[in-house]
Amino acid sequence: MATAHSRSAARLMISPAVLLLLGWMAIPLSMTIYFSFQRYNLLMPGTNEFIGFLNYRFFLTDPAFFAALINTLVLVGGVLVITIVGGVLLALLLDQPMWGQGIVRILVIAPFFVMPTVSALVWKNMFMNPVNGLFANIAKGLGLQPFDFLGQAPLASIILIVAWQWLPFATLILLTALQSLDSEQLEAAEMDGASPVRRFFHIMLPHLARAITVVVLIQTIFLLSVFAEILVTTNGGPGYATTNITYLVYAQSLLQFDVGGGSAGGVVAVILANIVAIFLMRMIGKNLDV
Amino acid sequence: MARSASSRRKLGMTLFAWAIGILIFFPVLWTVLTSFKTEAEAIASPPSFLLFDWTLENYVEVQERSNYFRHFWNSVVISLGSTVLGLVIAIPAAWSMAFVPAKRTKDVLMWMLSTKMLPPVGVLIPIYLIFRNLGLLDTVGGLVIVLMLINLPIIIWMLFTYFREIPGEILEAARMDGAGLKAEIIHVLTPMAVPGIASTMLLNIILAWNEAFWTLNLTAAKAAPLTAFIASYSSPEGLFYAKLSAASTMAIAPILILGWFSQKQLVRGLTFGAVK
Repeated sequence: MATAHSRSAARLMISPAVLLLLGWMAIPLSMTIYFSFQRYNLLMPGTNEFIGFLNYRFFLTDPAFFAALINTLVLVGGVLVITIVGGVLLALLLDQPMWGQGIVRILVIAPFFVMPTVSALVWKNMFMNPVNGLFANIAKGLGLQPFDFLGQAPLASIILIVAWQWLPFATLILLTALQSLDSEQLEAAEMDGASPVRRFFHIMLPHLARAITVVVLIQTIFLLSVFAEILVTTNGGPGYATTNITYLVYAQSLLQFDVGGGSAGGVVAVILANIVAIFLMRMIGKNLDV
Repeated sequence: MARSASSRRKLGMTLFAWAIGILIFFPVLWTVLTSFKTEAEAIASPPSFLLFDWTLENYVEVQERSNYFRHFWNSVVISLGSTVLGLVIAIPAAWSMAFVPAKRTKDVLMWMLSTKMLPPVGVLIPIYLIFRNLGLLDTVGGLVIVLMLINLPIIIWMLFTYFREIPGEILEAARMDGAGLKAEIIHVLTPMAVPGIASTMLLNIILAWNEAFWTLNLTAAKAAPLTAFIASYSSPEGLFYAKLSAASTMAIAPILILGWFSQKQLVRGLTFGAVK
């Protein structure tokens, strides 16, 4: 059906997008790789030279890297656990018959639309501040000692903030998947006397498995790059307590001007993200029949 | 008997769900309420929930002290500009992939998606240096380009999933009636594609408005959109809770409203059609 003419027209229509994305991906990424093999510091112009894998050796043996790697994994893992478990429970709840379901849904998804810098600052100052924050106020009201969230448990506090932002995403996707479940199957199971718990584990959870995988993979891609929340709450501190890989690369390159070392870190971040991306792409690709 | 049990269950579910919903929404609600308090009331202990003297002075002061609307305007230009530019590039691409699929269309789509998987920090330094050398640092134009590029894969994918649902028979019927390519686009495809384009646009404006990696790293005082402007409150200024709340409320209100309209598209857009 497609003529040669329409096919070449199609190629013409697609080419601007392809060229732009190719340029966006290939040019900066090859520059990053090139810089990663260079001694290159913006504060010391003219001393650039090829130094092989030295930047990688410094970056990977720096105790900060190990700390950042662990923090990244804890941050991603913590947020995933909270959002998946919370998201499944919320999706089950929102799927029940109730009055004002639409409004509850709107309330639940609202955090997703709050920009990261706003949610981080609101949580940091108005809720977690140990003097004037609402949590401190409540603690004082109950006669308890206020807890310094970002001082005493900085990473856990950031996990809480980020989980609050991503819970709506997980909920919304899991709810969408739940609503596509064939209700006859559930009714049949109920007739056969399957308890709600059995129905959940044997019918609903298998049905949700695919959606859960999608949520895990997509959130991981975004969570590996959490940045604004750390920048405005703790600046990666105290020490390296809340520095993740993204923040470490930012600090090394734009605060210490070590382009070479930062680039090596950037390449490491790309490799880590790719490991996740391969699985995600496979899942999406399987679903795509062109 | 059974009915009263089920309606009691419904009442219980309603109360429980509303309580959870309000709990999750509470930080937003509290921010909005605090924006109408005086600074003294904002840190009062115990805090007052509704019974305080409502005032608008924070909104006035935020604007006067920091030229708030400049940053608001930057956000509008950056999110709208990058979205419109992205649509101009993406619509032809998605159109041709949906209606004239070639052998490699799937590969091209997957490759486009893979660019979205690239962590921004992997290209932070080159982009920063390129921007510095081209004089694009702290310009609205530079951010429009970057945000367009990072969201282009999502735009193309979303449009593609919408366009693919337009039945091909309609096109064939139009061709049988002698419609040329131009007539085909204007009279057949455009009306059917508009809803999909509108939802794509909506989701993309939201994503661009809230983007907080490139906007923080590539702007300073001049071109800073609201994400970067609000970040400046992380200094001791953030301790002025009422003003922080007023600035935050104005920053999130437009997107909350747009977002509530786009719930359904959100799922499709952010899962690249893997969950519908």
